[in-house]
Amino acid sequence: MTFNRRQLFLLSAGVALAGAGGLTAAPARAEASATDKRISDFAGGKEPGTGKITLAAPEIAENGNTVPISVKVDSKMDGDDMVDSVMIVADGNPNPEVATFHFTAMSGAAEATTRMRLAKTQNVIAVAKMADGSVYMDKKEVKVTIGGCGG
Amino acid sequence: MATPKPRVKLPKKAKAGETIVIKTLISHEMESGQRKDKEGKVIPREIINKFTCEFNGKPVFACDMEPAISANPYFEFNAKVSESGKFKFTWVDDNGSVYTDEAAIEVS
Repeated sequence: MTFNRRQLFLLSAGVALAGAGGLTAAPARAEASATDKRISDFAGGKEPGTGKITLAAPEIAENGNTVPISVKVDSKMDGDDMVDSVMIVADGNPNPEVATFHFTAMSGAAEATTRMRLAKTQNVIAVAKMADGSVYMDKKEVKVTIGGCGG
Repeated sequence: MATPKPRVKLPKKAKAGETIVIKTLISHEMESGQRKDKEGKVIPREIINKFTCEFNGKPVFACDMEPAISANPYFEFNAKVSESGKFKFTWVDDNGSVYTDEAAIEVS
């Protein structure tokens, strides 16, 4: 296949446009991708399903320094029906990582409560990894009145 | 900073096979490494980065912590007990210190 001058010009313009589009789109994704990367690393590249895991967090947190959160995973914690670990991430904090809970057969139930810091209004995400490798996720938006990373 | 003081709350007695609730708290600044002092210098991070709970030497629950965990880290979790024994709780500090606490339970 050969090109005449006009077709060549159109082709190169198209390539240039595609390149420019890719460049401008990249920085906008940067903030979310750190959180997404943590989740996909934890999930081992699997797409997390919904259900099974429940994340409880206040709708509005007046003080971002201590926000109570709890996770509960629907599991018998016996035999094959077992939760290996649950990771908590927050997408608007300076670092998305919050904590990772590790459960065993002696845990009895895959439930945990703790208190966390939130810098601003953002999503808190809990991801559960089951012993069979399947992954489940739940997400809650928490509105923060006073941020908790004060400096 | 004062030496962190661990506190643990769990029932003294339980029935075999029962799932009990354990609550733990330890006094600690959990310096996030994000704050600055009056001169504008960053205060270095110093947190408790790991918590574990064992029953008669077997792991029950563990948590890896990041600076986003609040000061005086609090945990509430479950344990299934089938025999009398001792719970051991361990907190590991960034500075290498290890804080421990123990609690016995009578299972009938």
